[in-house]
Amino acid sequence: MQFGIFTVSDVTTDPTTGRTPTEAERIKAMVAIALKAEEVGLDVFATGEHHNPPFVMSSPTTYLGYIAAKTSRLQLSTSTTLITTNDPVKIAEDYALLQHLAGGRVDLMMGRGNTGPVYPWFGQDIRNGIPLAVENYALLRRLWTEDVVDWQGQFRTPLQGFTSTPRPLDGVPPFVWHGSIRSPQIAEQAAYYGDGFFHNHIFWPKEHTQRMVELYRRRYEHYGHGAADQAIVGLGGQVFMRRNSQDAVAEFRPYFDNAPVYGHGPSLEDFSRETPLTVGSPQQVIERTLSFRDYVGDYQRQLFLIDHAGLPLKTVLEQLDILGEEVVPVLRREFAALKPAHVPDAPTHASRVAAAGGSRDATVYAAADSVTGKAPGQSREEVEA
Amino acid sequence: MATRTLAVVSAGLSNPSSTRLLADRLTSAVVAALRSRGDDATVETVELREHARDLADNLLTGFPNSSLRGAIDTVTGADGLIAVTPIFSASYSGLFKTFFDVLDKDALTGKPVLLAATAGTARHSLALDHALRPLFAYLRAVAVPTGVFAASEDWAGGGGVDSALADRIERAAGELADLVAGRPAGARPVDPFADPTPFEELLRRTGG
Repeated sequence: MQFGIFTVSDVTTDPTTGRTPTEAERIKAMVAIALKAEEVGLDVFATGEHHNPPFVMSSPTTYLGYIAAKTSRLQLSTSTTLITTNDPVKIAEDYALLQHLAGGRVDLMMGRGNTGPVYPWFGQDIRNGIPLAVENYALLRRLWTEDVVDWQGQFRTPLQGFTSTPRPLDGVPPFVWHGSIRSPQIAEQAAYYGDGFFHNHIFWPKEHTQRMVELYRRRYEHYGHGAADQAIVGLGGQVFMRRNSQDAVAEFRPYFDNAPVYGHGPSLEDFSRETPLTVGSPQQVIERTLSFRDYVGDYQRQLFLIDHAGLPLKTVLEQLDILGEEVVPVLRREFAALKPAHVPDAPTHASRVAAAGGSRDATVYAAADSVTGKAPGQSREEVEA
Repeated sequence: MATRTLAVVSAGLSNPSSTRLLADRLTSAVVAALRSRGDDATVETVELREHARDLADNLLTGFPNSSLRGAIDTVTGADGLIAVTPIFSASYSGLFKTFFDVLDKDALTGKPVLLAATAGTARHSLALDHALRPLFAYLRAVAVPTGVFAASEDWAGGGGVDSALADRIERAAGELADLVAGRPAGARPVDPFADPTPFEELLRRTGG
């Protein structure tokens, strides 16, 4: 099982000091957090994508490319990539290049985003959210698996003889997860393709998670990818830990009470009961996390949200230390002991290359080249004439 | 003989409240009217005052907590609804509106509803028709033609209820009972999780 963290990249005032970090500080903090995730032995780091304040992460592949260069083991992912408003051609190109630079340590999660206004900024209409997710992803898959694509659809200009470059590393595209809180169509989409399904599993009652995962598993089996319990499931989770549970509650409460999304509403205690939020000792986090399996079955990836609501970098790095030293090693052991042998691990580049029968170079060489002006067998003089 | 479920939403704030009093009168009249049509009824009453904090939380978090979820399930699962609010500042109370704001927009589609309101003076009576009725039209609920409005003075007649008010209660109760008793048993909306749209169909819709 993979363990990691996911960030929404918010720039939020620290309610205990009244200080709001600059974008520069937040971006640097996000680099420090990702590097620390590898250092403490986590497997995955995922970032959201947003195109409006208070968020800084408008360009995930720029950021993840930098993280890829500074790490050697960490799996890089997104939470989520906007399949609705990004051009699928650009997603195909950006993430294939990132995949090459990161040596295959890349997967991504498709989502529709949480911001209505983002659609018109990119020339789209929120009422087409689901059809955009369906059509754009169908095209993205073709761009990654077919060297030359002729395509026509509802939402972007047609393509004639188009080749997305670079071709996927070793001829195998990145693994894709689909994330949605409560749209059955997205669970259905993930099941249809045999892709992974991720439920963010924060801020909402577990019933939403359970219902979506159950549907995804049932339909995954229906579409013939394997048994329902072999479907690839990922969950989020939100934690704050201190050695003593009272200290965790006291320290986190002002961040909770003033947080975007749920602040100024329910009490921390109510919200901890109603949603998967766990604020307490490492042992409490371990027990709560193990209980997720009771309602989603054996799953492949667990990501925690630990850096939002204005928590200072120092605190977040301490949280990573606790996760890496006290929580994840126990969870790894316990989950592994519970998982039956026929339940697969999360796909990685290596496992996908092996499943494809080994690596192959997928380079598509140009027949003619308008940059250097040369085509194979043609001399410079012939071109200039 | 069928057993019908009747949900009652009362947005009164004081205790005792004339809003709850009107809700109770309407409930007894609807139960009696259903009996006379050969149906039994079970009644579940939701006092919104008890969910005031839950409702504010729901506005902020986007989901009902377990206590409010119980109330919502009661209302959305009922065969008929009696909805009663005090009139504040020429309209339904904010608490009443908040409850209907947090329901899924399709949750009351086709639901037979009896609308009623209370106020200190009869000059508020048209709020039933200019405020409550459009709200339930938006929700695509089926509101019975007779709305019941009770001002303070209406409670002054013999037996605690003015005879004109008693007549309106009877008429409205009969109208709701007709709709509820005429409902096919087990009329429930499609569950998108039990019966998802197949992906081939979603692909076809995009023309892809």
